[in-house]
Amino acid sequence: MTTGTAPADPAGRPAPGAQMLQVAGLNKTYRSAQGETEAIRDLTFDVRAGEMVCVVGPSGAGKTTLLRCLSGLLPPTAGTVTLEGDRVTGPPKGMAMVFQEYARSLFPWMTVAQNVELPLKEKGVPKAERRSKVRTAIEAVGLGDVPDSYPWQLSGGMQQRVAIARAVAYEPHILLMDEPFAAVDAQTRADLEDLVRDLWKRLGLTLAFVTHDIDEAVYLGQRILVLSARPTVILEDVTIDLPAERDQLTTRSDSTFAAHRAHIYDLVQQAKRGYRPEDRVGDVDHGKARP
Amino acid sequence: MTSTSATSVGAVRRPRRGSLLRRVVMILGLPVVLVTIWWFASADSQSFFAPPLRTIVEAFPATWFEGRLTSDVLPSVLRLLAGYVAALVVGIALGVAIGLSPRLRAVCEPPLEFFRAIPPPVMIPILMLFLGIGTSMKVVVIATGCLWPILLNTIEGVRGLDEILRDTSAIYRLRRRTVLRSLVLRGASPQIVTGARQALSVGIILMVISEMFAANNGLGFTIVQFQRSFALPQMWTGIVLLGVVGVVLSVVFRAVERPVLAWYHGLRQSQRGGT
Repeated sequence: MTTGTAPADPAGRPAPGAQMLQVAGLNKTYRSAQGETEAIRDLTFDVRAGEMVCVVGPSGAGKTTLLRCLSGLLPPTAGTVTLEGDRVTGPPKGMAMVFQEYARSLFPWMTVAQNVELPLKEKGVPKAERRSKVRTAIEAVGLGDVPDSYPWQLSGGMQQRVAIARAVAYEPHILLMDEPFAAVDAQTRADLEDLVRDLWKRLGLTLAFVTHDIDEAVYLGQRILVLSARPTVILEDVTIDLPAERDQLTTRSDSTFAAHRAHIYDLVQQAKRGYRPEDRVGDVDHGKARP
Repeated sequence: MTSTSATSVGAVRRPRRGSLLRRVVMILGLPVVLVTIWWFASADSQSFFAPPLRTIVEAFPATWFEGRLTSDVLPSVLRLLAGYVAALVVGIALGVAIGLSPRLRAVCEPPLEFFRAIPPPVMIPILMLFLGIGTSMKVVVIATGCLWPILLNTIEGVRGLDEILRDTSAIYRLRRRTVLRSLVLRGASPQIVTGARQALSVGIILMVISEMFAANNGLGFTIVQFQRSFALPQMWTGIVLLGVVGVVLSVVFRAVERPVLAWYHGLRQSQRGGT
């Protein structure tokens, strides 16, 4: 790490505000027998340590593709992803991910505690420390009473809590979340949003949160990247100037919240209609000239 | 924050458990009825080939408990186990390798289909030419017969592993060995067990058949000897014993399966419950 004057974080994380994730000229084109599909055209953005960045866009905007490229699960066609100074070529150290399909991302043959413990075991965390980290993480997500249950014995929201506990116990520098609450009911979703904000603040995580829900993005994020329709570029990088203390009732009825919400809603509607930044006058063919 | 209540925990429905007596009746009821019918229907039998059950039962102890249990039944069962375990090891290892590699699968699948289509008993004369008529021939016959259901089911199971689970394993940088143990083998275990169960019945059949061609001991060999020497009640005792061996093996199999697949049955049940 090059920057970092603050005292060393116990998990070895870079100091808040330091460079965390850099995405430069990212392009992803799927090649198949039927021809080429350009999913992502050109994405460039930075995420600083300790930030909470939400990514929204119309459905089919390549949000999941983007996250898979960031996580190293999918090699980009062009451009680079750099995490803490190292180029990402496969799933990097210090990164965790929470998937939308919670039921499919937990090992059904392991209990809640075993699911949370597995990555720590793999990291070589000593047994006693592991036990306490697992317990802390499970309690932090409000599942302290069911460590020995199997995931399929739990409700959907609880299963996603297990996945979050596993990610948190892993002590990642950056946590990616791919529409994590798209498949849970509205009540549970609000609880989980608060849980994520709470964990983010307490643990000093860096968070990249993909969602199709504009309200969720405004409620959670400090920054929102609004994506265009395919082939994806960034329409706007919006800073959300809401107070750090947020709650479902007052924040959502705040006029600033409403203004952001309206602005982003408008952007997403434009994106759906096929609006692209290069359509701006005087900026013709800026994007199309790229490979 | 209001934590979602843990209502569904432990509320997963378990099969209703009646009294012990009731379960014993459920399990033994039909066999008892069938044996009773056999007993009375054959009581006055004058047929040389279908003697009364009473005669068969009377012949049983003298036929098997005076040495043949160790000199014939034991060798048969040991050959079965040797062939079966060999098929399990080879089948699972090959199945995992083929299941994980699309390229290997594309190359292997046509010949696999071909070999699978060959009924294992026809291999016996050929294997006899190479391996003689001894124990090794029989073990190889059993192993080659048992291999296919295990191999093909393992390939299917490994291929069907959930992609999100694979991604999860990649994200948390699980080592190959951990992935193999904690993801691949566990995830494919329902199919592997299905294959192993099919293989067990194939193995029992081949155990008997391999001894009918050429042998100097074994359960199948003894039954054929009795038949050729017209010792019909003794031959019938052999067939009954074969059935008993099969039942014992399947009970043992289930005892092993239950803990291994407990998660799977629970998962299936919770999905049917509509959670």
